[in-house]
Amino acid sequence: MIHLLNIDLAAVDWARAQFALTAIYHWLFVPLTLGLAVVMGIMETQYYRTGQEFWKQTAKFWQKLFGINFAMGIATGLILEFEFGTNWSNYSYLVGDIFGAPLAVEGIVAFFMESTFVAVMFFGWNKVSKGFHLASTWLTGLGATISAWWILVANSWMQHPVGQSFNPETMRNEMTSFAEVALSPVAVDKFVHTVLSAWVLGAVFVVGVSSWYLLKQRHLEFARKSLRIGAVFGLISSALIMLSGHHSAYTVAQTQPMKLAAMEALYKGGVDQPLTLIAGINPFVQPDYETQDEAPLKLAVPYALSFLATNDMNGYVPGIRDILDGYTKPDGTQELSLDEKIERGRAAIAALADFRKASEKDSSLFTLHSSLEENMPYFGYGYVQDRAQVVPYIPVCFYAFRVMVGGGCLFMLLFLIASFKPSLFGRKWWGAIAIACIPIAYIVSEAGWLVAEFGRQPWTIQDMLPTWVGVSQLGSSAVMITFFLFLILFTTLLAVEISIMIRAIKDGPKMKSEE
Amino acid sequence: MKWLRDIWHLYYDGFRSMTLGRTLWTVIFIKLFIIFVVLKFFFFPNYIKEHAEEGKEAEFVYNQLKVEN
Repeated sequence: MIHLLNIDLAAVDWARAQFALTAIYHWLFVPLTLGLAVVMGIMETQYYRTGQEFWKQTAKFWQKLFGINFAMGIATGLILEFEFGTNWSNYSYLVGDIFGAPLAVEGIVAFFMESTFVAVMFFGWNKVSKGFHLASTWLTGLGATISAWWILVANSWMQHPVGQSFNPETMRNEMTSFAEVALSPVAVDKFVHTVLSAWVLGAVFVVGVSSWYLLKQRHLEFARKSLRIGAVFGLISSALIMLSGHHSAYTVAQTQPMKLAAMEALYKGGVDQPLTLIAGINPFVQPDYETQDEAPLKLAVPYALSFLATNDMNGYVPGIRDILDGYTKPDGTQELSLDEKIERGRAAIAALADFRKASEKDSSLFTLHSSLEENMPYFGYGYVQDRAQVVPYIPVCFYAFRVMVGGGCLFMLLFLIASFKPSLFGRKWWGAIAIACIPIAYIVSEAGWLVAEFGRQPWTIQDMLPTWVGVSQLGSSAVMITFFLFLILFTTLLAVEISIMIRAIKDGPKMKSEE
Repeated sequence: MKWLRDIWHLYYDGFRSMTLGRTLWTVIFIKLFIIFVVLKFFFFPNYIKEHAEEGKEAEFVYNQLKVEN
């Protein structure tokens, strides 16, 4: 039985833990950048339209908070690339040709677009025209959002490897279609859902900070107007994220059914599947999905999972056992069982070995290449020894999904109340709730990533490369040391950011009428 | 050339008049030093470059994958 607290401290586990730690900390900075980018754009647009000094100072205040967060987040993502080269060298070598293009575009866009317009945004007041300044503010946000696009394209390719073919001579996955990689349905869904989630977090932040001023009876006009804009922005983002969430679930059902089954703790699938609201799953133990038919104490919404996964109330959704044993899809095609996939994976590995042994003049080369191509989509299964290895850790997927969706509903309620009853937020309890929603928004945002990344285990590249094959042959102590180094570095950075941010919030906007 | 002078002044005046920005730039430089000098040089070598012969990286990775099978 797999137990969460009984982790095998091998290098692969430390490497995974380190990557997760780095990604989680990096993601503490990114969503606020993307969310505040829109908020400061809206505030400055108000200034451009009305010419009122109030809006200029309001925009400047939110830009200052954006700047603090932006500065703290700079380069934290680069460490992930270091980890690829050191801890995940096999994986890194295999995907180098695919990741090169999007990451290079990201680097160029991030460096030139963001750094240019950030400078105009902060230094350009009274030096460039109002219109040019406003354009620079929006372009700063657009640059950050485009950067996110390319990173998410790279991540999506791992979840759904398309637009590539494996070259056994170079041992690399080579890109065959840039458009297929950049515009894969997983990439589009992931980008839309992730950016909208960042907007929601940004809106929660604005509502929370504004509520704090209302509670403190400071900068009241600024707080009321910011709260109103934050609430409406959050409400629109929340409505859109519900749609994108549904579409994401549909795409996951098509491309990563095991992830969906783990998110739902769906052991045995079928038609007319209900969506589980909550169930009694022990967070520390992998459930017995081989013998149980469903999770205990399950409270569910009838037909909702079928609708979410297939757009049809009566649609068929495979469970974990169906995926392991093979099943017939609604279109009549057969999904291979795990044993069949393992056989295909081993055939791919054998074909690769024979291909590399064969000389250039060998007449069997073409046949070997064809056999490799045919079985390559299952390459990773050749390394799988037993069924448990391909089932993600269900409790994390299950609960993280519910934290994400539950948090989203909570924020929608917050935005609804803030939009229609903003005066409530000057009261002690309502204000405290709005402020408490700021850390909750970060937890919810990270939970979304837990669903995405835990759910695709054990694959670094879906079906093609499991984690224990992608990792470098390192000693676990080397990775453990850098794990703790990062923990110290990032925690220090976070503490510095929070302290600078709190000081800036306490200082408040510099309203002329209040000076 | 006026536009070049304007750009120069944008950055020059901007950096000179920074207040909170000075703290943020200090944090950025310390962070970049730790990331690029300390971490990259001492803790994050390129594993394949260190272990594989130049030009034989594909063979090296293939052998790594073989070990796992």
